[in-house]
Amino acid sequence: MSLLKVDSLSIAFGGVKAVDNISFEVNEGEVFTIVGPNGAGKSTIFNLISRLYEPLSGRITFDDTDITKLPAHDIAKLGIARTFQNIELFDHSSVLQNLLIGRHSQRNTSWIQDLLFLPKVRRSEREHRLQVEKIIDFLELAPYRDKLIAGLPYGIRKVVEIARALAANPKLILLDEPASGLSVEETSEMAWWIEDMQKDLGLTILMVEHDMSLVNRVSDRVLAVAEGKFLAQGTAAEVQANPQVIEAYLGQESV
Amino acid sequence: MKAQFKHSYDQDINIFDDKSQLIKYGVLLLLLLMAPWLLSNYYISELSAILIWSISGLGLMLLTGHTGQVSLGHAAFMAIGAFSHMALMARGWNFFPALIACALITGVIGAIIARPILRTSGIYLAIATLALSIIVEDIAIVAEPITGGISGTFASPINLFGYTIDRYITPKAFYYLCLALVVLVTLGYINLLRSGTGRSFLAIRDSEVSARALGVNVPQAKTLAFSISCAITAVGGAMYGHFVQAVNYESFTVIISITILLQIVIGGLGSIHGAFFGAVVVVLLPQVIAILGDMVGQGAGSSITSIPGIDTALFALVIVIMIIYEPRGIYGIWIKIRTWFQMFPLYRKGLFRRSKTYLKTERMR
Repeated sequence: MSLLKVDSLSIAFGGVKAVDNISFEVNEGEVFTIVGPNGAGKSTIFNLISRLYEPLSGRITFDDTDITKLPAHDIAKLGIARTFQNIELFDHSSVLQNLLIGRHSQRNTSWIQDLLFLPKVRRSEREHRLQVEKIIDFLELAPYRDKLIAGLPYGIRKVVEIARALAANPKLILLDEPASGLSVEETSEMAWWIEDMQKDLGLTILMVEHDMSLVNRVSDRVLAVAEGKFLAQGTAAEVQANPQVIEAYLGQESV
Repeated sequence: MKAQFKHSYDQDINIFDDKSQLIKYGVLLLLLLMAPWLLSNYYISELSAILIWSISGLGLMLLTGHTGQVSLGHAAFMAIGAFSHMALMARGWNFFPALIACALITGVIGAIIARPILRTSGIYLAIATLALSIIVEDIAIVAEPITGGISGTFASPINLFGYTIDRYITPKAFYYLCLALVVLVTLGYINLLRSGTGRSFLAIRDSEVSARALGVNVPQAKTLAFSISCAITAVGGAMYGHFVQAVNYESFTVIISITILLQIVIGGLGSIHGAFFGAVVVVLLPQVIAILGDMVGQGAGSSITSIPGIDTALFALVIVIMIIYEPRGIYGIWIKIRTWFQMFPLYRKGLFRRSKTYLKTERMR
């Protein structure tokens, strides 16, 4: 059953069609990867789904709800969480604080209750903390719990960002280049996390990735795009064998 | 070296991590409570001034230090707080109802102003708020029925539980009133910071785009921060009105706005301590400069304080030095000293060197 349905989505930036009539469906429980050369519009698709960009045309449906017109801050509550290509963590806070901010969509107290710190606030803080600790255990972040983000190595920050997305209790998680800037060992570790999220947490994962070793290992299905247009869709092997995909990456054979 | 073992989530939720911290702040509060017996009336009055500036500073700290929105116009909200409080008291309101009302009025005005003004950011926001400060100076002259026009208004005497509280006649009672308000404001501030509301403010400061992706309604949260900030500053303004006893359009100039901003920058942005450290500097630095000037002047045969603007210049110099050598302010220095003692003898020089910040995308602003 499809969890996310993207239907003929388009957006243009000053005459350049960054995403041109793209359609795809992500099934519940699968790892769906979007690949493509630089500037193909992969991250733009992500920003359209998380409603940071306004689409020119098309429809996005999540869990039978049309989210094309929803404001960006309502997306998390529906069950879509995401990470960013360049890591958008809260640098001056600890890992724990970052994950607690991740629980924002699950808040059930108002600012007046917070100001007075009513017993209800304490109860909900305990609950948030419990959920966050589960994620810290799951992604083995315990040694970094009280460390500031600004002092953490790049690879750990990538994991913390995934942890923060998990804290929002999502059904679908969007990973924007989870392996960019990681070493070979860290990439293979990232593959474990992705497999664990899919199998243990039952999450659906939509991913943009360049590292083909990671794509081959974790993806159930792959969509290839170039210059905002659809190229091919299928398993990782099928997409890589597709002549149009090879042409987009390597250019046309000279005759 | 101190190691802390935690055994309950409540330890991170509580205001104080452990007993030793509770004792430290308890002793501080006790010292402040005993201050009227330890210090002369002159210093008690200086201490009241520090507390009043701390309230205003806390107001701006919430907005600038914790939500990341700069304001060069907070004197405007001190003015609205002071004038509305005095006007209400002159019409027979009691002190506390008038104080709550003036905080609410300023909070609502702040919320109305916040919507359009917080669409801008950075330097544009600074200019917009600066303009606000200048406009309010003029409104203070025009709105004569409330503000008393050019001649200004006088503070009504404070009657609380049968006592008359006046800065000059009963400085100790006035000091206790300021202390009580500071404690209340600080507790409310800490409560916000340790719950979801405060975390959403921090989120906006550090990355607006991920705050949105995590479900923070950014315009709403910014407006809330601005409004709470204005309400706190208004309380500071009202108390300042009672401290100086007479206010007019010249009492809350742009200079005051800039002073509050400098106060929290010197104290240390993004920390509650910073507002207090900054207030100490703002109130005591002119005094220290005057005393030093007298001492130097006695040797040289003329007073150095007679040079116009010397205290402002020195103040500016301190700020420049601070920003170059310790951007985290006095609170940053305090943390370093504390860490040095905690880690003795293992402290390394590079411990607080800030690590490289990775590129952040601004495309989605």
